[in-house]
Amino acid sequence: MISANLLAVFYLISGVLFILALRGLSSPETSRQGNLFGIIGMAIAISVTIVSVGNFSTGFLYLLILLLVGGSIGSFIAFKIPMTAMPELVAGFHSLVGLAAVFVAISAFLNPEVFNLGSPGNIKIASLIEMSLGASIGAITFTGSIIAFLKLRGIMSGNPITFTGQHYLNLLLGLSVAVLIFYLCKIQLASLFWLIIAISFLLGILLIIPIGGADMPVVISMLNSYSGWAAAGIGFTLENTALIITGALVGSSGAILSYIMCKGMNRSFFSVILGGFGGTDQSSTSKGKGKEQKPVKSGNADDAAFLMKNASSVIIVPGYGMAVAQAQHALREMVDALKKNGVKVSYAIHPVAGRMPGHMNVLLAEANVPYDEVFELEEINNDFANCDVAYVIGANDVTNPIAKTDPQSPIYGMPILDVEKSKSVLFVKRSLSPGYAGIDNDLFYRDNTLMLFSDAKKMTEDISKNL
Amino acid sequence: MEIDPFIFRLSIFILSIFIGYYVVWSVTPSLHTPLMSVTNAISSVIIVGAIIAALAGEAGNIFDTPNIFGFLAIVLAAINIFGGFLVTQRMLAMYKKKKKDKK
Repeated sequence: MISANLLAVFYLISGVLFILALRGLSSPETSRQGNLFGIIGMAIAISVTIVSVGNFSTGFLYLLILLLVGGSIGSFIAFKIPMTAMPELVAGFHSLVGLAAVFVAISAFLNPEVFNLGSPGNIKIASLIEMSLGASIGAITFTGSIIAFLKLRGIMSGNPITFTGQHYLNLLLGLSVAVLIFYLCKIQLASLFWLIIAISFLLGILLIIPIGGADMPVVISMLNSYSGWAAAGIGFTLENTALIITGALVGSSGAILSYIMCKGMNRSFFSVILGGFGGTDQSSTSKGKGKEQKPVKSGNADDAAFLMKNASSVIIVPGYGMAVAQAQHALREMVDALKKNGVKVSYAIHPVAGRMPGHMNVLLAEANVPYDEVFELEEINNDFANCDVAYVIGANDVTNPIAKTDPQSPIYGMPILDVEKSKSVLFVKRSLSPGYAGIDNDLFYRDNTLMLFSDAKKMTEDISKNL
Repeated sequence: MEIDPFIFRLSIFILSIFIGYYVVWSVTPSLHTPLMSVTNAISSVIIVGAIIAALAGEAGNIFDTPNIFGFLAIVLAAINIFGGFLVTQRMLAMYKKKKKDKK
């Protein structure tokens, strides 16, 4: 056994190491060290907890076995997962944190003596509020993340599911959780606690189903944030500083990422949460059909190779389509061939490209693209005017000039990459179908645009052959 | 008059939110995916609650309901801890700078 004070100091050290883990991510050079700090922090927290409980009987054996089982499953997933599936993986992991928070809260509710919270039926009011909140947010995170996972994995359609009165129902459920927590504190009835968890599970599902595929970056960030608040709620219950610090860090991290993603789409957080955006069956799609009569210049790999070979600078604009086609390696080979021809190549990444924050950067890093050739929107947007060829691969809405010109458009005001300013635009796409926002891209019909109708990977490979 | 320990914890919580705010804003956007996976891993420090719950009581009690929930939470958190840190490690190892010796 170690004293409570010493234990608290160790938890504080863990908390500080977690802060350093996040701090390390400010640049790729320090990031690996940061991750190591995080691992050490976790090891300290787990070890001192085991020592403090000081129960090295059969239970300890089970603990080690379960750590090993969970650890092996986790490690197996971490090594096997393809980088294109990172959004699903993160969503899946969030659901586990959520469920773990629910389980810990349940066990604290059933056996409060262990955590010095009082006795069953007579739990301290403050602890009761904290554990109910932790359990409720955890439950929302769990089912919400599962829905996000199913949508990202493609098991469930990315189209928003909406019905009348949806938001009122959610509001009602949210309020009823608050009312139930109030009564739970007054009468300490176990069934109320179970009801809170059940309603929260339902609420998690209902909150995420109306949100469309294109808004997934916001959803993942938001669930990240929720998992943090759930951990903080449990941290207050258990009076554990490591958990409180971590919960606050993760909670604010997720909130900031949600904010950055919303800003990248020029949408308010509430309009994303209320959902209904980003279906492929929106009315604007049918309006777009009339436009498809407009002339479009299309070319083949040969034309594209010729254009790029004679360019002095090329900017690559990758998007979710690149991830779907797994084209990042082919792209890198094409860029290598271009560089041999003396062409200057850089990459431009829109904040919401892909299905999660930073998704494209990871894929390019996987294909061995040096990170100092990859630029964010603000860094590179002025360079399009001086660039000979913009190669748009798997991106669509983030290049649509209509966001700057048409106040009627649903994406009006969204910051876009000024692809249309470059001398010529090569647009790799399978068809003229609109992107996730369901709107037609004006760029397809410009004089300086050459459409390359093909699968992103196949087209990129064909271009490489012609270089 | 004594200050309730809750207030101390609340202070830690609020100050940590501010630390999180400034630290996360300084994270470079290209590392936002590793940021999510690592926050995922560290939020699994909830495992400390699971361990206390699981090991509570005497040896004979480990199959009581509260303990079983603790053990279940341990498995879930362990998946997350190992999976989260390792996948972050794997991603970060891929971020490389341009080679300086140009051929």
